[in-house]
Amino acid sequence: MKVMAQMSMIMNLDKCIGCHTCSVTCKQAWTNRTGVEYVWFNNVETRPGVGYPRTYENQEKWGGGWVRTKRGRLKLRSGGRLSKLAHIFSNPKLPEIHDYYEPWTYDYDMLLNAPKGQQTPVARPKSLLTGEDMKISWSANWDDDLGGSLETMQDDPILQKMSEEVKAEFEKAFMFYLPRICEHCLNPSCVASCPSGAMYKRAEDGIVLVDQDQCRGWRMCVSGCPYKKVYFNHRTGKAEKCTMCYPRIEVGLPTVCSETCVGRLRYLGLVLYDADRVAEAASVEDDKALLQAQRDIILDPHDPAVIEAARAEGIPDDWIEAAQRSPIWKLMQYQVALPLHPEYRTMPMVWYIPPLSPVVDVVTGSGNDGEDARTLFAAIDKLRIPIGYLAELFTAGDIQPVDAALRRLAAMRSYMRGINLDDERDERIANAVGMTGAEVEEMYRLLAIAKYEERYVIPSAHTEQAHALEEMACSLDFEGGPGMGGAGPFGSSSGPSVPVAVENFHILADRQTADRPSTPGRVNLLNWDGNGGTEGLFPPSSTTAVRETGKRKDDK
Amino acid sequence: MTPDSRAIHPATDGPLADTLLNMGRFLRRGETSGDLRALFLEGGRSGDVFYRDRWAHDKVVRSTHGVNCTGSCSWKVYVKDGIITWETQQTDYPSVGPDSPEYEPRGCPRGAAFSWYTYSPTRVRYPYIRDTLASLYREAKQQHPDPVDAWASIVEDPEKARAYKSARGKGGLIRTTWDEALEIAAAAHVHTVKVYGPDRVAGFSPIPAMSMVSHGAGARFLNLLGGAILSFYDWYADLPVASPQVFGDQTDVPESADWWNAGYLIMWGSNVPVTRTPDAHFMTEARYRGQKVVTVSPDYTDNTKFADEWIAPHPGTDAALAMAMGHVILTEHFVQKRTARFEDYMQRYTDAPYLVTLDEHPDGLVPGKFLTASDLGGTDAAVPRADFKTVLLDQHGAPVVPGGSLGHRFTPEDEGTWNLDLGDVMPPLSVGDLADTTESAEILLPRFDLTPEAGSEHAGGTGVVRRGVPVRRVAGRLVTTVFDLLLAQYGVAREGLPGQWPTGYDDPTSPGTPAWQEELTSVPAEQAIRVGREFADNADRSGGRSMILMGAGTNHWFHSDTIYRTFLALTTMTGCQGINGGGWAHYVGQEKVRPITGYSQYATAGDWNRPPRQAIGTAFWYMATSQWRYDGLPADQLASPLARGQFDGRTTADCLVDSVKRGWMPSYPTFSRNPLDLYDEAQAAGKEPAQHIVDSLTDGSLHYAMEDPDAPENFPRVVSVWRANILGSSGKGNEYFLKHLLGTDSAIRAAESAEGSRPRDIVWRDDAAVGKLDLLMTADFRMTSTTLFSDLVFPAATWYEKHDLSSTDMHPFIHAFSPAINPPWQTRTDFDLFGGLAERFSEMARTHLGIRHDVVASPLQHDTADVMSTAHGEVRDGLPLVPGTTMAKLITVERDYPNLYERWKSLGPLTEKLGMTTKAITYHPDREIERLKQVNGVVTTGPYAGSVRLDTDQRACEMILAFSGTSNGRLAVQGFRQLEKKTGQRIAQLAEDHEGAHISFRDVQIQPRSVITSPEWSGSEHGGRRYTAFAINVEHLKPWHTLTGRQHFYLDHDWMSELGENLPVYRPPLDMHRLFGDGVPGTSGTSASGHAEVTVRYLTPHSKWSIHSEYQDNLFMLSLSRGGPTIWMSPQDAEKIGVRDNDWIESYNRNGVVVARAIVSHRMPEGTVYMYHAKDRTVDVPIAETSGLRGGIHNSLTRILLKPSHLIGGYAQLAWAFNYLGPTGNQRDEITSIRRRSQEVEY
Repeated sequence: MKVMAQMSMIMNLDKCIGCHTCSVTCKQAWTNRTGVEYVWFNNVETRPGVGYPRTYENQEKWGGGWVRTKRGRLKLRSGGRLSKLAHIFSNPKLPEIHDYYEPWTYDYDMLLNAPKGQQTPVARPKSLLTGEDMKISWSANWDDDLGGSLETMQDDPILQKMSEEVKAEFEKAFMFYLPRICEHCLNPSCVASCPSGAMYKRAEDGIVLVDQDQCRGWRMCVSGCPYKKVYFNHRTGKAEKCTMCYPRIEVGLPTVCSETCVGRLRYLGLVLYDADRVAEAASVEDDKALLQAQRDIILDPHDPAVIEAARAEGIPDDWIEAAQRSPIWKLMQYQVALPLHPEYRTMPMVWYIPPLSPVVDVVTGSGNDGEDARTLFAAIDKLRIPIGYLAELFTAGDIQPVDAALRRLAAMRSYMRGINLDDERDERIANAVGMTGAEVEEMYRLLAIAKYEERYVIPSAHTEQAHALEEMACSLDFEGGPGMGGAGPFGSSSGPSVPVAVENFHILADRQTADRPSTPGRVNLLNWDGNGGTEGLFPPSSTTAVRETGKRKDDK
Repeated sequence: MTPDSRAIHPATDGPLADTLLNMGRFLRRGETSGDLRALFLEGGRSGDVFYRDRWAHDKVVRSTHGVNCTGSCSWKVYVKDGIITWETQQTDYPSVGPDSPEYEPRGCPRGAAFSWYTYSPTRVRYPYIRDTLASLYREAKQQHPDPVDAWASIVEDPEKARAYKSARGKGGLIRTTWDEALEIAAAAHVHTVKVYGPDRVAGFSPIPAMSMVSHGAGARFLNLLGGAILSFYDWYADLPVASPQVFGDQTDVPESADWWNAGYLIMWGSNVPVTRTPDAHFMTEARYRGQKVVTVSPDYTDNTKFADEWIAPHPGTDAALAMAMGHVILTEHFVQKRTARFEDYMQRYTDAPYLVTLDEHPDGLVPGKFLTASDLGGTDAAVPRADFKTVLLDQHGAPVVPGGSLGHRFTPEDEGTWNLDLGDVMPPLSVGDLADTTESAEILLPRFDLTPEAGSEHAGGTGVVRRGVPVRRVAGRLVTTVFDLLLAQYGVAREGLPGQWPTGYDDPTSPGTPAWQEELTSVPAEQAIRVGREFADNADRSGGRSMILMGAGTNHWFHSDTIYRTFLALTTMTGCQGINGGGWAHYVGQEKVRPITGYSQYATAGDWNRPPRQAIGTAFWYMATSQWRYDGLPADQLASPLARGQFDGRTTADCLVDSVKRGWMPSYPTFSRNPLDLYDEAQAAGKEPAQHIVDSLTDGSLHYAMEDPDAPENFPRVVSVWRANILGSSGKGNEYFLKHLLGTDSAIRAAESAEGSRPRDIVWRDDAAVGKLDLLMTADFRMTSTTLFSDLVFPAATWYEKHDLSSTDMHPFIHAFSPAINPPWQTRTDFDLFGGLAERFSEMARTHLGIRHDVVASPLQHDTADVMSTAHGEVRDGLPLVPGTTMAKLITVERDYPNLYERWKSLGPLTEKLGMTTKAITYHPDREIERLKQVNGVVTTGPYAGSVRLDTDQRACEMILAFSGTSNGRLAVQGFRQLEKKTGQRIAQLAEDHEGAHISFRDVQIQPRSVITSPEWSGSEHGGRRYTAFAINVEHLKPWHTLTGRQHFYLDHDWMSELGENLPVYRPPLDMHRLFGDGVPGTSGTSASGHAEVTVRYLTPHSKWSIHSEYQDNLFMLSLSRGGPTIWMSPQDAEKIGVRDNDWIESYNRNGVVVARAIVSHRMPEGTVYMYHAKDRTVDVPIAETSGLRGGIHNSLTRILLKPSHLIGGYAQLAWAFNYLGPTGNQRDEITSIRRRSQEVEY
């Protein structure tokens, strides 16, 4: 047994309101800068829908994740490392920019500076790839709130897998939201794909990162990740991805996406796992057994043997204690949380509580009392959201674990209604889903009351202070930085690469003192106003390729 | 343990790869996993530095957003090197308690993207002026060195005026200086005041709660000048008119944490995840407590995802559904069985047991007026204000005049009896409950739900239902109770009563039943029964914890007042109002200024002069934009079949004129002459000004401006807009604004009303006025339609660049705006803008104005004795003009124009001398003024030396907080003591433990602070409980501010009878086909241009990616959505016109044209389209084929329609107060045609 600690997240989809605050705060903090305009480390998908990038779940097409060979070994789906090295200069399974979306801006400047004319000024859209006028036809969230549509439903990889037919009809409309970040997998295929050894999993907390100094821009990680959560920065030519906000985590603060989640649906905490058994678990034969295999390698932090082994690995006591208090551990124990696409065999560590609602209308439509626990259970398979859809997302198609999770949520509601209205605790409801009433009440507190200190249990700082904690300040005096007198111009393609934080500040500072909003050579796509051409938006090496794809698009 | 020493599971795909990997291991320091899959690294990772540097900042500043979203969220604004980098939510709200979710975090993606605006290319950095006007002004200055003369030489020259007005909105803005911009603005104000009158100046800035000082600074300037402040809550159609009608309160609702306490929650026309994003979690979490959640929405909305049941009625038919639910509840809890809790509540807290007379009508009996003590004769009738003391029966059948009615409220003799204590009286809900009631009578009730017979569509599908009620004779009059009328209205049969009754729930022929509603709404009768039943059962079991969370989806209809009354009937009859976790929860607009008394004092300049000129926004715009010329909506077409003809031959515009002349509603400009001149005329004639005006009106030498709105002397001349985007957002009838108010191009497609359908009481001039406004000035930090069309654009500071205060309905905290950076470039706070304008104005006033006297026409006002001006709500004609009774009060106000600026920045004497009155309670902040002198300092020189300084925004914040009971416990207790005297009830304990507490501005900068329970509001936060409206009424027997002092099912004003709306009733959406000849929704055909077109209902719900037009231009929001204006439509409707998802389409009707892209979604019901609210024309809007002009905003397809019931005043709770009552700018009943357009768009 090799005990390792993993910082993990659980999102309760049953509470997700699809507001995208997480996406925005994440983008503001991390990817609001040149080269990653199209990048959303955190995005939220409306399901059914094709996701971002489009149809990323179709591994037949994109070749992400691992497959199990006949010999029972794991192989990268995209052909293994040898194949990767062989094709290092051409990577056909790489999503194009249009699979994400063609980023754009508007010539906002016209609103202020339009000369006298016959029409009301307007800011028209301009492609950030070509600088030309464009018709916006896809975005970072095109599927928003559609619940599938006639245009895209047939492309939803999940619907394609389902045997049950789902129709786009008013009466049968359903949707839910799926917020996604990097899974920080126990068995990350991106790390395994990297020919440069630039990707790594942090030993102390399992966060998967790209070493910006080592990255050579091969982009094999982009293909290798089945979740498409590694992105290519067009400006620096390097891969970037969700960092689980490690600068915050390290000081005991939750990730930006978690703390700003206004639906209060995210949980952060440690789990302990047996690193020695990861490969074994990831290579069990049956896809549907992967969930249990992954559950099995998660270690009980209260088990004295585990504690002893953890200490032996140098895991500090307050981390062990944090693992014991971890909401992740608790929610996994309640078996209401499930991994996303275990069949990719990466052992993802961002798990989800499946969405329960709506249920009662189906039941009561048949004339039964929808709030009666027994009726409720009978109706789980008649959810507005087809359970098969959830199973294809979370359990490699196995209905049973999803059904079990939903039953526990339904039982909690029914049990708590008794307390809420009549002050009665009906133990039978809890027992029917294999829990005690006390356990249901504990789960209820974690899911419903969900205080800050219980949602986020992050060691190395004390969460009672976390509200007030501020982070390490950054100095501009980095090597070669302006404080050292060595800064070059900050133009989009000129000069050596500069730490992004600094770049961002100075671009903004330039803007703040500029008389007109457009300042040639200071182009940040999210701040760009459409003036000044697009030279320098991308480094020369990638510009050509991107322009070509742009043309292909136009030819359609 | 090293990797090599452990057993290696054969996990990877082959020895060759393993070899390569092993090589890689040597290339990199660090530990590979035993099976060579993964690379672990620890320590010294220079790659990590990249992101560590990014996550860095110098300081974090607490601020918020002022955007009328109701969120009022506290944010952390991160600043690095003097640059705002981003924002995240604060999480440090005071706790809600151990057994509830907290308010943290509060915020949404819109708010999280706000900092984009700070440095965005749409940021207004400098003052701007349109070049045409700049040239004219600069030329004029050569000839007229005096700015006022220069301005006059332009606006009084028709050619010059047309030149700059017709250029509005067509680009050509150039930079100017603050000096020049303020000079022009001040000159325009001075000229207008001098020539036309101060009431020809108006200001539009909504929602003080979203930034009180920013609003108040401008309002204070205008109120010192005598300008009109336009109301917004009614104009936005956010005001639920049912609330004044039923509760006598503008709006008072539970904070969102109280949703948690509900056992049953119906979200009715309120898409909580989208429109109440920071609060939605209380709903999702309450489900885990077993709360049942029902949504009512015509489309599959975001909140339906959380609903146990989704009810999808046809748009606008919600009242029928609510009536059917009421039918079930009344049947099962009041007739078949009697639920003690509900009955008890109805007896104590509602007008249900009160007696109503039955009056003769040519066809039979109809419900008439509340029986009052004056009807009883004898000693009962001899008491003061007997005509406002309503009557019920005791358990023995004897008439009783209980305390607590309006007649007790303002009469000194009745002090201590204005309460809900019924003593030993147990009033029967029905007169039939009395053993000796033997009589019954058939009454006539109107219905509006019929399909008109072919050939008589003009009659509009009205009819009459005959139903019976038990009756008695009291003081010689035939009476029954409100409750009896209610059962009749809802079609709930009882043994032995005459009339037509449904045979059961399944009878579709008789109004009120579940089967009847099914035919109107398409909601299965079974579902209506079930939900109604569950709602009531839950209320019974939980002690009133059933809640309806309602919103704009149902409140923005023409007949929203009746829709809401049917909802409120449900929460009232089940005893849920005033109970934590129960009652109505209306959230449309951030109307709740918690420190209302302090704010009002500041904004109205009540410390210097009273009353302010506060206008009803809807009527102002209706007249100013000449929409009345196209409307011609006949009031009698809205009338009940049982009407007595009061609306005959009148349009709704005529009703407005009548209302103004009666002093019910305010109107500015008021008279056809400058009110400063009216005073001087009176002086010259040696008369009191009021008498002079009455005489002049009587002899016909003076008119109301509203009677001739196209006369140049009656134009509004100067409008200031700040914190708002009237032309890109709320302006119903946008194209009419452009033409008539601004004088520029517009896409109006309607013809003006033909002779015969024009208003009777308004002068018709064949040449409609075009370009009425001389100056439109706007302060904003971004470019909107309003700035694009403005003559002057002032660069405003953003919300991260100023000090201010914020509060909301949704949570019980007051918190602060604080500057994260100083206003960059040449931007200034609104406070500084109006300070500067006031200073320039005062300078110019010295030569042009001096000290003048102004006569303000102030309407009969709610919460004062004015509301007893119309006994029994009887509207009589030919009454002599008596200011303050049969017409507005006429009050002379001194305007010291040269000292206006000095007054603006210091506290005047009236606060101390007269106190501050809110809802009839007067606060005397004597000690607070002394303290403010210490905190703010005093003016050292000049005429007002020794006064409290209000010369900075922070000092204004301190004043607001010092002068309200919500932030100053001493005033709260002081107010409660007055209330105790009036009611004879002990109430002050709600604030006594906070008597020494005072929330300062510094306090709210540190952390959001919970407010103190204050009589300014009806709920209680005492002891850390969650705020819910009317808790004080229910628990401490304080009357509602209504006629009976109880919640009203019944309204007996004449106009309510004329409309057939005495009781809650179902009225369908306006039949635009019948009234205005529009297409019939659901039909398709070929347009005049030969395109396939479909005619659909046009709804404008709130957007996910913007709050009004704010954020709709934000690149983050555009990147997360479809990047421009869109219209959602069903696949069926799309197919009819050959439209696919994302095709360009045009939507057009008589009011204008919209160009947008289609979102085709099966979430939408056939026959209805959505264009989300406030799609401004600034981003990705091409030229329309239909008009040849830039495509319009969402409100280009709407226009203003007035409902007469909103115009009633001077009677009990139906009386005007600012934002309390007034015609709403509803926009939901509209119809549009849509076609596919050329996919080649031009900009």
